[in-house]
Amino acid sequence: MKSSPLLSRAFAALLVLAASLAVQAAEVQVAVAANFAGPMKVLAADFEKATGHKAVLASGATGKFYAQIQSGAPFDIFLAADDETPARLDKDGATVPGSRFTYATGKLVLWSARPELVDAKGEVLKSGSFAHLALAAPRLAPYGAAAVEAMTRLGVLARLEPKFVQGESIGQTFGFVSSGNAELGFVALSQVWENGKLKSGSGWIVPAELHSPLRQEAVLLARGKDNAAAVALMAFLKSDAAKAVIRAFGYDV
Amino acid sequence: MPTAADLGAIILTLELATLTTLILLLLGTPLAWWLARTRSAWKGPIGALVALPLVLPPTVLGFYFLVTMGPNGPIGAFTRWLGLGLLPFSFAGLVIGSVLYSMPFVVQPIQNAFEAMGSEALEAAATLRASPLDRFFSVALPLARPGYLTAVVMGFAHTVGEFGVVLMIGGNIPEKTRVVSVQIYDHVEALEYTQAHWLSGGMVVFSFLVLMALYLLNPTGRRR
Repeated sequence: MKSSPLLSRAFAALLVLAASLAVQAAEVQVAVAANFAGPMKVLAADFEKATGHKAVLASGATGKFYAQIQSGAPFDIFLAADDETPARLDKDGATVPGSRFTYATGKLVLWSARPELVDAKGEVLKSGSFAHLALAAPRLAPYGAAAVEAMTRLGVLARLEPKFVQGESIGQTFGFVSSGNAELGFVALSQVWENGKLKSGSGWIVPAELHSPLRQEAVLLARGKDNAAAVALMAFLKSDAAKAVIRAFGYDV
Repeated sequence: MPTAADLGAIILTLELATLTTLILLLLGTPLAWWLARTRSAWKGPIGALVALPLVLPPTVLGFYFLVTMGPNGPIGAFTRWLGLGLLPFSFAGLVIGSVLYSMPFVVQPIQNAFEAMGSEALEAAATLRASPLDRFFSVALPLARPGYLTAVVMGFAHTVGEFGVVLMIGGNIPEKTRVVSVQIYDHVEALEYTQAHWLSGGMVVFSFLVLMALYLLNPTGRRR
């Protein structure tokens, strides 16, 4: 079969159109820590509106992402829940050197789905009048490690340890508490915070001096080096507009 | 080398699998018998219910367990009323979850065995005036032996291999709900690949040996 010149010309025009669209609106694959999944969804929509680029999000545990990126997972940007994992990726040569920066500092909150269970000073930890205290596995999740640190400084760790139930990520931990299976637990403020107050239940924002800072770093991965959308998103995350969104979700930045 | 925590997880896993298999044999035998013999219209729906865990992702089961067994769920309200407290984050909760999750792996082989034996042997026993109970224990059970062997091995091995349900309702408590599969997951996430290899390699060898034993002891076609 011979193709008509008109058809082939139309086809060529389509190809050019598709190619130019691809140049204008690139796509960036983002691995995002579970605690930042909510704000990142909002930021991705703003980013798309502002630049036309599309950010495709995958949320999960930071340790898992580290292993996946090591094994060649197709991510351009990694928004980690800590600053150690991006530093380690830097050392492994998996990143664009010098691209690391702190995009948010997390806040830890002792939270219960029940109103009035958690008092304004966190005294409930000392009373120990509950069956289960949920936290993210301290070995795996920075928010879990921070919770253990805070309990150590308050001198209640040994007494509370038998009541621990551990989620594999801060997301699962939040599920344990919000379903009421654990009366209270340590979660990320971003999970329960909206418009400057708690969405529901009761909580105590753990003072920052009780644990080491929950610095969360973003890094441009080697794969995203020449991706215009990836470079644009890194810049967008540093903008004032993005920072305002991040603050509204209960982070410091 | 496996650590003390790893050994604790192994022992807990074996306890869970043993208890689950025993309960399933007790519950599964009458259920399989009924499914194999009944002409009731309920056979289809009940059979489908038993088979559900085969096709459902464990996360679906785990999610519903967490919601229904929790303080706001109907099962949670019931267990509290009984004075048992709540089931999530407890060994009892894991046992109940595992019993439901592994049910088809025990019920179906037994049901197949009961169906395959037909009714001739039982009718012959009946003409010799054996009581129904006697017929069941001295005729049906011995004939169904290969089915039981498959049921025990599959029920046990499947419970050992369980992950999603335990992860969602367990809460990762040492000596109570932290089983081997969860421990492996933790090791991998913490980048402790050596520890993960010890346990994972052990699981591969264990599973292979169990299945090989099953196929050697129970070659297909030995009966019928």
